[in-house]
Formats: sequence, structure tokens, C-alpha cells
Amino acid sequence: MKVLVCISHVPDTTSKINFTSDNKEFDKNGVQFVINPYDEFGLTRAIWIKEKQGGTVTVLNVGKAETEPTLRKALAIGADDAIRIDAEPTDAFYVAQQIAAVVKENNYDLVIAGRESIDYNGGQVPGMLAALLKWPFVNGCMGLELDGNKASLIREIDGGKEKLSASLPLVIGGQKGLVEEKDLRIPNMRGIMSARTKPLNVKDATNGDHRTSVGNYEKPAPKSAVKMIDADNIEELVNLLHSEAKVI
Amino acid sequence: MSTDLFQSPDYYNIDELLSEEHILVRNATREWVKKDVSPIIEEYAQKAEFPKQLVKGLAEIGAFGPYIPEEYGGAGLDQISYGLMMQEIERGDSGVRSTCSVQSSLVMYPIYAYGSEEQRKKYLPKLASGEYLGSFGLTEPDFGSNPGGMVTNFKDKGDHYLLNGSKMWISNAPFCDVAVVWAKNEEGRIHGLIVERGMEGFTTPETHNKWSLRASATGELVFDNVKVPKENLLPNKSGLGAPLGCLDSARYGIAWGALGAAMDCYDTALRYSKERVQFDRPIAGFQLQQKKLAEMITEITKAQLLVWRLGKLKNEKRATSAQISMAKRNNVDMALKIAREARQMLGGMGITGEYPIMRHMMNLESVVTYEGTHDIHLLITGMDITGENAFK
Repeated sequence: MKVLVCISHVPDTTSKINFTSDNKEFDKNGVQFVINPYDEFGLTRAIWIKEKQGGTVTVLNVGKAETEPTLRKALAIGADDAIRIDAEPTDAFYVAQQIAAVVKENNYDLVIAGRESIDYNGGQVPGMLAALLKWPFVNGCMGLELDGNKASLIREIDGGKEKLSASLPLVIGGQKGLVEEKDLRIPNMRGIMSARTKPLNVKDATNGDHRTSVGNYEKPAPKSAVKMIDADNIEELVNLLHSEAKVI
Repeated sequence: MSTDLFQSPDYYNIDELLSEEHILVRNATREWVKKDVSPIIEEYAQKAEFPKQLVKGLAEIGAFGPYIPEEYGGAGLDQISYGLMMQEIERGDSGVRSTCSVQSSLVMYPIYAYGSEEQRKKYLPKLASGEYLGSFGLTEPDFGSNPGGMVTNFKDKGDHYLLNGSKMWISNAPFCDVAVVWAKNEEGRIHGLIVERGMEGFTTPETHNKWSLRASATGELVFDNVKVPKENLLPNKSGLGAPLGCLDSARYGIAWGALGAAMDCYDTALRYSKERVQFDRPIAGFQLQQKKLAEMITEITKAQLLVWRLGKLKNEKRATSAQISMAKRNNVDMALKIAREARQMLGGMGITGEYPIMRHMMNLESVVTYEGTHDIHLLITGMDITGENAFK
């Protein structure tokens, strides 16, 4: 079983978000980056597959050299090798094309990506990748069992779950449920030591199309202060909603 | 205890001075502390109990002998990685960090540096994996800052040594499997001996009612005609310089560790001051609170640069004992002052176990005392710069 896990390099959820260059670029200064949490559930599930059924886990990122620590962490957690495609991941179709080129060269049985990355939340890459490969695709995947080349999957749907089956090769967009938060692994010392010698291959980008470009970003209006009003004082609440908040 | 929201201050982008592996090691340790230490540490400190369940995790993250070579079970990391691990673990609790310092610098280091190949192979892998916990016996009831006056001694009885005496204020003593003990031979020369639990006449009574390092066990090592096999003597170094060499390594780790405690106090006070409203505004907006916070981050930043540079020197084997003394003294004093200021910023809440500050503050009272007191380190610097010995 050859599994490819796509890893996005995203700001830690506690980061302060700011923009530079007339609000056209994200300000990376002082920001800590982590493995995209949706991808981390998929990575852990892939390592379980390897441990139970054998095989290899390759992690892949489309990004510049600054993303290598994130890949190195994935290696320390248990992936066997890593690929970095040396390009700025600014457009989903372009990124999907880059990943598709690697998949076509390497005969993977399964590609696990996160359902979306928590930075730009496009949620497009795994679907586009599956289309480029002409492989089946299950998004919002919260359960995965493999038996030979058959996969049983659970997908989150509005208000419930959908059970599906598909044959490999397959692309999934994973999320919590593939494994739980308590199952996520912290790199241990043996892992960190072995990650030193695991291959991290850098590949040049192939030609691709950028189908979108960013105009600029806007932050939501800052939250205003909270006023606590006594539950018995309905009159004041109505008064404030009318005169201050101006919503009634 | 509430969720651990710690965010590490890095005012001078010091992360840029670290390698990819340093950051990986530090972040892994930080994640582990948030997951396994923060949720339970207050409870264990309150009931004055060492959380033994942490030993396995400490071994897995490599906190036992991180700079010991891989062939002996260590991680073969550099000194900055070791320092960063101590920083993160003490960010959780000084008591847990103390256990790691003792295991790494005071037990594994002397066995590695002064021990025979047989001793290294016998003990180091078990200490690295946490199967064995160790302690270090130097301080005695009547000899603290003046360890050279020790009275613990051993006599050559032909096929074994006969050890007598007692050691005091020993971290990990109550449950240690092995102890590296410093004692004088019949000529008055100091040697290190590996004493194992179970040897007849060796007992380890616990020191109760501490107000500090409550989540770490402290005790005595008592030797009453203990027969120590001759192969348990550390053969490759003797004299007071041998135990002092171990202390250099431990004090280096403490300089990093205290920084972690200071960061946690600062981070807690900063977050609290932005949330706590008095006179209709967050207290972070008041000048007196800003003065405290601004001074804290300044001192933390200076301390970060101090230990980073010391780590570089240590990697190059150029760090002197006096340089290590300066960093230990400065950083622990800095942390203690920050803990006291941060405690005040939290008002009454700073007294409770809801926040980690008072636990850090009480812990740091031990840290400023052990491994060379604050005053003794000042005299070491004084002697180094003047050439005059003020100890005698």
C-alpha cells in the first residue's frame, strides 16, 4: 500500500493575522507554522494503515523552502519520505496540477489530503486532483477502512453520516474522525532522530495554470466590548438594542 | 486547571538563530508538556506527589540524556536542543525539570564522562529509557556550599568498598534505582560511586513538608556500612572537579529551565491583564501594569540571548564554569522576580492554583538555592574577574 499524504503548511491557530503590501499578502513575520490540522488527521490515519497493513507513507507539500520544517515534523511523526514541490501555492488548480504530476509518476494507491486548509479554506485541491487523475473522490471523510483494493468510507453530511464504498486508487479529503485528536502523535526522540536521515526530495514545479489571482484581503471588523445586562432588566436590554446597537 | 494557552514570547525573533531540528525538538516538547504535564501538574503539586506516569513520556521525548550519544541510548542532540527541552519542561514545572536535570546531567553525564565502558553499557540505556531513575549525592547536612568538606567516606576492604555517611536535599532520592554518590577515600580524595537500591545499609528517607518543588520527590541518601562492589567506582576522574563538572552541565540546563518558568509567568500575566477589567478598562492599559510587563519581556529577551550564546559556546566546548554560573544566577533571579511581579498583577487570582504563577514562584525559591546558591554564583563571577578567592 503506497499512501501519499498532502500536507499544507499553515499558521498556528493562535497566530495574529495581518496583511502587508496593501493587504495583498499575508504577513508571515513572527508567525508559527504547523501541519494543517485536517491533514494531520489524515497523516495519522496513513501511519496506522502502514503499521497495520504495511506499505509506505509519503508526505508532499507544494511550497518554498520555508515549509521544510513542517515536512520534517511529518517525517518525525512517522512518514517514510517527503517531497517538496518548489513553488508558491497561490492557486488551487495550479497546486492540484503539481500534485497530479507526482502521483502519475509514482503509482500511489491512496492520496489523503485535508478537506481544506485552515489558512485560505479553499477546499478545492483534493477534488481538482481527483478530477485530473480521473480517480474517485470522497470529501469530508471521517472514516476509512481498507480491504484489498476496496475502501469503506464514512463521509460527513448535513446532520448525519453517509457510508460509501470505492475502489482504489482513490483521493480523500479527510477530517477529524479518520482519527481522533487524542490519537495525534507528538514526535518522539526516536522519530526526530530517524527524520534526520529520511529523504526529503525537492522537485521543480511542472508547467501549470493559475486560474485565480488574489485581489486583496480584509479582516473582519474587530469585536466590540461585551456588556452584561441583568436577566431581570429587560427594559434596559431593549433600550440598548434600540439606542446603542440600533438593531431594533 | 484551565486549558494551557501558553504562547512563547520571541521579541527578538530568536527562533531565527535556531536550527530546524532545534525548533522541532522544542515544539515537540512543548506539545507534550501541554498534553501531559499542564493538565495534571497543579493537582500533583497540591498533594505533594511526583507524577510518576510522566517518566515514560519524558523518556520518549528524549529528556533523559538528550546529549548522550545514541550508542548508549541517548539522542545525540546538541546543547541548545538540551536547553530548549529544559526550557519547555520547566515552563510546565520546575520539579519535573529537576527530575530531568538530575537524570541527565548528574547521573548519566558522570557515568558517561567518568565511567568505564562496562558502566556506560550497564546503566545508560536503562537511564535513557526511564527504566532506571537516578539521583546524585553531593550535598551533606553540614556541607552545602562547601562540598569539599564532605564527611561521607569509603574504605577499601579488598574485594569491595565500605561506604558510610549521608547526603541531604537529594532530588529523586525516595524512588531512585541508582545513585551517583561522592565520597572521600582513605586519603581524603573525592571519588564517585554508583550505589544501587537494594544494597544492604542503603536507605532513602523522604523529606516532607516542602513549600517548593512539591511535584518532585526530595530525600536523603543514608549509607550505613554499605558494601559497594569495586567495579562501581567511576574510574576516570576524581577530586572535587568531578562532581563540579556535573554541576556545570546541570546549571546550564537550569539557566534554560528558569527561562521557561519566567515565560509562563509573563505569558499568563500578559493574557490576564488584557482580560481583567477594572475602572472600565483592561488593566493592561494602566501604566504600572505596562511597566511590569515591559520589564519582564526585556529581561526574558536578554536571558534568551544569554543562554543561546552559552549554548553555542558549550557546543564548541568553550563554555567556562564561570560563564555557566553567570547564566544560572542571572536567569533564575530574573525568573523569580518575574514570578513575583506576575503574581501581583493577578491579584487574588495569582494566589490560587487556577494559574501557574505561585507554583512557579515557590519552585524557583529552590532553584535559586540549589546547584550553587545565588550568592555563591556571584562569588564565582567575582573570583573569575578579580582572581581573588572570596570563599575563604
